[in-house]
Amino acid sequence: MPEATTLAGLIAHGGAGAREISTRDHRLSLGDFATRSSFGVSRRRFAGRSVILAVGDMAKAAAALIDLDGLARRVLLCPPGFDTDKIAIAAALVEADALAHDDEAAPPLSLDVMMPVRLPLAPREEDEAPRLATEWVLPTSGTSGPPKLAVHTLQTLVGAITPAPLQQWATFYDIRRYGGLQIFLRALSGQGSLRLASPEEPIESFLDRLGDFAITHISGTPTHWRKALLSGAAGRIRPQYARLSGEIADEGVLRGLAAAYPQARIEHAYASTEAGVVFTVGDGRAGFPADWLERPGAVEMKLVDGALRVRSPRRALRLLGADAPALVDAEGFVDTGDMIDLRDGRCHFMGRRNGVINVGGAKVHPEEVEAALNSLAMVRAARVFAKPSPITGALVAAEVVLNDPSSAGRGLEAEIIAAARRRLPAHMAPARIRFVADLPMTEAGKLKRHG
Amino acid sequence: MSIRDLVLQEIRNVAVEQDKTLPPLADELPLLESGLDSLCFAILVSRLEDATGRDPFSSAKASEFPRTVGELIAFYEPIHA
Repeated sequence: MPEATTLAGLIAHGGAGAREISTRDHRLSLGDFATRSSFGVSRRRFAGRSVILAVGDMAKAAAALIDLDGLARRVLLCPPGFDTDKIAIAAALVEADALAHDDEAAPPLSLDVMMPVRLPLAPREEDEAPRLATEWVLPTSGTSGPPKLAVHTLQTLVGAITPAPLQQWATFYDIRRYGGLQIFLRALSGQGSLRLASPEEPIESFLDRLGDFAITHISGTPTHWRKALLSGAAGRIRPQYARLSGEIADEGVLRGLAAAYPQARIEHAYASTEAGVVFTVGDGRAGFPADWLERPGAVEMKLVDGALRVRSPRRALRLLGADAPALVDAEGFVDTGDMIDLRDGRCHFMGRRNGVINVGGAKVHPEEVEAALNSLAMVRAARVFAKPSPITGALVAAEVVLNDPSSAGRGLEAEIIAAARRRLPAHMAPARIRFVADLPMTEAGKLKRHG
Repeated sequence: MSIRDLVLQEIRNVAVEQDKTLPPLADELPLLESGLDSLCFAILVSRLEDATGRDPFSSAKASEFPRTVGELIAFYEPIHA
């Protein structure tokens, strides 16, 4: 990793040149940050502050991050969907005294410094800003309950990034979530540009727009990629590298990507806001080699009661809040809550520990059933959920998006159930399947779960 | 299709799907001896709910649950039929 303690330092290291960050509505030229700011002459007012960054457009978020890193004491990155209630709770946890917001809308807070983030950048004063090790505070992607806030610094965040030749990046992710932030930092650490989606922009419009840039590297969740493959617009880009993270990458989506982009290197990464980037897998198969467990190195992994634990210098420093749970166990390992199944010398992700369906006492991970369904040629995407049963407590049911929607019917339902039964124990195979046109996605780009 | 035919048909469907061998489905046949396990019954009840719009198991006490094939059919028949 380049020796740089701030984002501005990273940009200078790679050479600002003709590099830019763009969304549909804004284009940021990285070279402009040497003399300009998204806060104009008032940027200094954020010095030493704990800042809530709550804006809609990602180019604005990117600009504010570059302006604030090294200057602010702390920056809370509010992702889309982080509503005013959560912002109010988080504001107390981060001891916020400043807000960077959109011109048209600001959360109802009363803080010492409140300023809009404005593009294009405006001239700023020649100030020698203090080079603080700014704390970056990221809400974890859990959707229910009070927000859980993880504290990182630029150093923990760039730990998995190595200097690379020219890469032109795009991501389906939001850069205010860990997976997207990694791509933002990769792009800034390199010598290329970064293309981002605009709020509410449909995936096919984004791909269409990306077709106008010669992007070489692109990342998203398996859910993003399934949508991209279904959209008919996947062929608008010709990446050299396609990356999946944030959810389990099953054989179905890996095969789909390999078929769509035969020229590309395809990798799936395992990372979380709490544990950081743990590893990437590039052999085209789901899961990871079992001998990576208990392997010595900077990042160590072990299984405890079937769940993966990770010890890594890239992990968050801590969680915020007086009653926040401990981030690590006595030996410094983060409990990821991701359940692992060991078979054929390979570790397979089965799903979240707290997401299991109980079928008459037998535990079923929805993700494992989804992987089996997604491996079927006729299935593009599947969502598995519990259907209440007076006999067994719950049954496994599924919603399925077909590659050919016109083939839907009772016959195909029976065929898919029979195929699932050949791959899975009886209690795991779906009892019912409903055909749907689309599956809902969370703001974090993950499949939205029932309940 | 009558309720009787529907129930018998769905029992046969579930048995085929779950690789179970059924004895002749006489009314007196105890359900425990039908060769269907609890997972099969759960699927059967779910299918019958989809087909009839009713789930009599949810509103009944366990002591009232049907014990034979004939009682199962009666369970789904309208109360005043």
